[in-house]
Amino acid sequence: MNAIQMTGITKRFGDLVANDNVDFELKAGEIHALLGENGAGKTTLMRILYGLYHADEGDIQVNGRRVSIVSPKDAIHNRIGMVTQHFTLVSTLTVAENLTLGEKGSITINKRTIEQKISDAAEQYGIPVKPDALISSLSVGERQRVEILKALNRNAKVLILDEPTAVLVPQEVDVLFEVLERLRKSGLSVVFISHKLNEVMALCDRISVLRLGKMAGTVVKGETNKTELACMMVGHETFGVKRQGKAPRGKVILRVENLSLRDKKGLDTLRDVSFEVHTGEILGIAGVSGNGQSELTGILSGTIKPTGGQFHLEDRNLTGTEPLQITRAGIGRIAEDRHASLVGELTVAENIALEYLDEFVSHGVLDRKKIHQNAEKLIKEYDIKARPEDRLRTLSGGNMQKVILARTLSREPKFVLASQPTRGLDVGATDYVDHRLLDQRDRGAAVLLLSEDLDEIMSLSDRVAVIYEGQIVGILPIEEVTREKLGLMMCGSIGKQKT
Amino acid sequence: MKFKIVKVPATIWMRVLIPVLSILVTFIITSILILIAGGNPLEAYYYFLIAPLSDRVSALEVLVKATPLLLTGACAIFAFTAGYWNIGGEGQFLAGAFAATGAGIMLVDVPPAVSIPVMILVSFLAGALWALIPAWLKAKLAVDEVVTTLLFNSIILFIIAYTLNNFWRNPLTGWPQSPEISETAHFLRLIPRSRLHMGFLVALVVIVIEWFVLARTSLGLKMRALGMGKTAARFAGINVNGTLFIAALVSGGFAGLAGGGDIAGIHFHLIEAVASGLGYSGIIVAMFAALNPLAVIPSALFIGLIDTGAQGVSRALGLPTYLGDTVQTTLLLVTLAMFVLVNYRIKKV
Repeated sequence: MNAIQMTGITKRFGDLVANDNVDFELKAGEIHALLGENGAGKTTLMRILYGLYHADEGDIQVNGRRVSIVSPKDAIHNRIGMVTQHFTLVSTLTVAENLTLGEKGSITINKRTIEQKISDAAEQYGIPVKPDALISSLSVGERQRVEILKALNRNAKVLILDEPTAVLVPQEVDVLFEVLERLRKSGLSVVFISHKLNEVMALCDRISVLRLGKMAGTVVKGETNKTELACMMVGHETFGVKRQGKAPRGKVILRVENLSLRDKKGLDTLRDVSFEVHTGEILGIAGVSGNGQSELTGILSGTIKPTGGQFHLEDRNLTGTEPLQITRAGIGRIAEDRHASLVGELTVAENIALEYLDEFVSHGVLDRKKIHQNAEKLIKEYDIKARPEDRLRTLSGGNMQKVILARTLSREPKFVLASQPTRGLDVGATDYVDHRLLDQRDRGAAVLLLSEDLDEIMSLSDRVAVIYEGQIVGILPIEEVTREKLGLMMCGSIGKQKT
Repeated sequence: MKFKIVKVPATIWMRVLIPVLSILVTFIITSILILIAGGNPLEAYYYFLIAPLSDRVSALEVLVKATPLLLTGACAIFAFTAGYWNIGGEGQFLAGAFAATGAGIMLVDVPPAVSIPVMILVSFLAGALWALIPAWLKAKLAVDEVVTTLLFNSIILFIIAYTLNNFWRNPLTGWPQSPEISETAHFLRLIPRSRLHMGFLVALVVIVIEWFVLARTSLGLKMRALGMGKTAARFAGINVNGTLFIAALVSGGFAGLAGGGDIAGIHFHLIEAVASGLGYSGIIVAMFAALNPLAVIPSALFIGLIDTGAQGVSRALGLPTYLGDTVQTTLLLVTLAMFVLVNYRIKKV
């Protein structure tokens, strides 16, 4: 009898099938990894189990009994607990107060009982926290342990952890693993959502791999290895269109040296990132999202200031300059979040003019004719399905992306920064964007392509770098790239190597 | 049967209908209050909306009441468009009134051709100056401008109270009331034997200028971009802090003009109650105009009408004048709610 048995789970979001007939079983007393790329459906599956989403099809059994879970309340009742990536603690209250929130059965709060419970748990599971400490005074790792305590306090027998190590510094990861070992010993089952192979292999008993919403398989740790897991994760099929010819690689346009970024919580999101991009080449940066791509994009776009290192465009040091200097120096930026680079309430024409506004102004007054004509020309050139005076928010995602391409690429930048340029686009729009990027390379621009989509990376890039935990773990010429190699590197199990 | 709420952007004609519907809903809600106060709602609305327009004197009074509202409305719109939530219109109004009084007292033996432009300039600069520190705190230290601009309203009020109770106290009556400003500093009357003064025209000019700046200039486009998508504006290379700074100061200047205008055109001396909420009413005017600079004109006239009507209601029906304020604030809440709710639909599941 399994602690949890999920059968035939299907969940759709509009046209997207996030979980496609997925079976998942969890034994009592095991740590079970749920492995997969971003968007593979790991979190969706567990959110269904915890009652945050409702499955369109399929059923769930807890200890062999079929149950209906439509809200976290039902999940808690079935002794399932979940620690999400974003903690749900009230930071102005103490640990003990947070644990009593949502308790039922009594109006008064028995402080002594709850403190006793916390110190018991602390001893049993090795979770050292002070009951009267304010949440705001705790580190991220400590807060996470409070979340675990919260679930235990509700008598959870199954604990779901969604990418628990993503927010932790390495020392705290070790503490977390010790806690999880002790929980396993005392008979709890743990689901550990992750994309990091090393952690999964170090901690878990069994591993289930999700790929594109489908269950790729479940394996026992002793009977598998990292290469097999990486293959299961990224799949085997050969990738898209082969590019014709190889453009002659020219001089270095962008030089990035030891870029580092430490965020406000003291987490190193980028560590000594160095690479060069030449004229006439596309350098792809592959990686599971959240490994520093956004930060790298932000720094090269001028919206984030690095805490170390620098970057040059040709011989000009642009480190820490504002977006205005960045664009004027010849960097064209296609940002990962369309809504952070376009203003929905402005018109298409205004959005196109916004980046080079000084060219559309005489004596401080907008040259509306010029703005309109420029937009009309680019709408035709880039086949945008919109009129110049349409509000941008009325456009489809693909057309918004074309507005960005038009605004950026019509300037013929020396260096094109394209971050997740096809995220959320349909096949036709994706193809369009990809070809425009190849055009840029053929024109002689240096292109940096950051993408989670391995097919895209492998079909467009001349060289591929892999980013993992804020570090470039290797740069390979396209001839040496295989899906397996990239898969292993993206999961951090092949270390630093340079070519 | 189950229902769910889905987000659907409002159509243009729905947005156009909002002011009309808001007025309707406001009247339904405030009818209840009028009934409780012992009045007949229909009769009350006759005095609110129709009676003021039925004779020349009170119709002109509507324009008089609308004059400062046009400017404090312009003040709110200019800042809000750039995403700078200036709640300090009241304080900037007072600063303008304070400075205009000072200038008006000193301007003796100067021809009106000089003294009136000086009054206008001084009022504008004083309002802008009073907006300076909150704007600076926002730009340098990211201090929330809602809090600082609001607190600055009290500060200037206390400064004025102190001045009126010491240096400017009327030596004869002992009232906390400044000396009269000299006659050369008075705004010209537009129509004899009425209170309507040239401040009304100044306000109209300001509104046209504001419309032009916001709709037709590069500064205006930057401000609109900033207000509607700060991240995207920054990404596109717009100087966020510089633009916010200009928006804040000019906005303050508009409110300052309103204050100076009331001194030079209505009161001719300073009293503590000179603003009495006109700065805050500007927010209502701006919201009711959906932040459209030109729509401020009908919006301010409507609020001016209710202000004028409130006195008639109180005289004729013996209801408190506060009903006027109640109608205004209810209108604000209803309008704000409409702007949000118009973007949602209830659908059957």
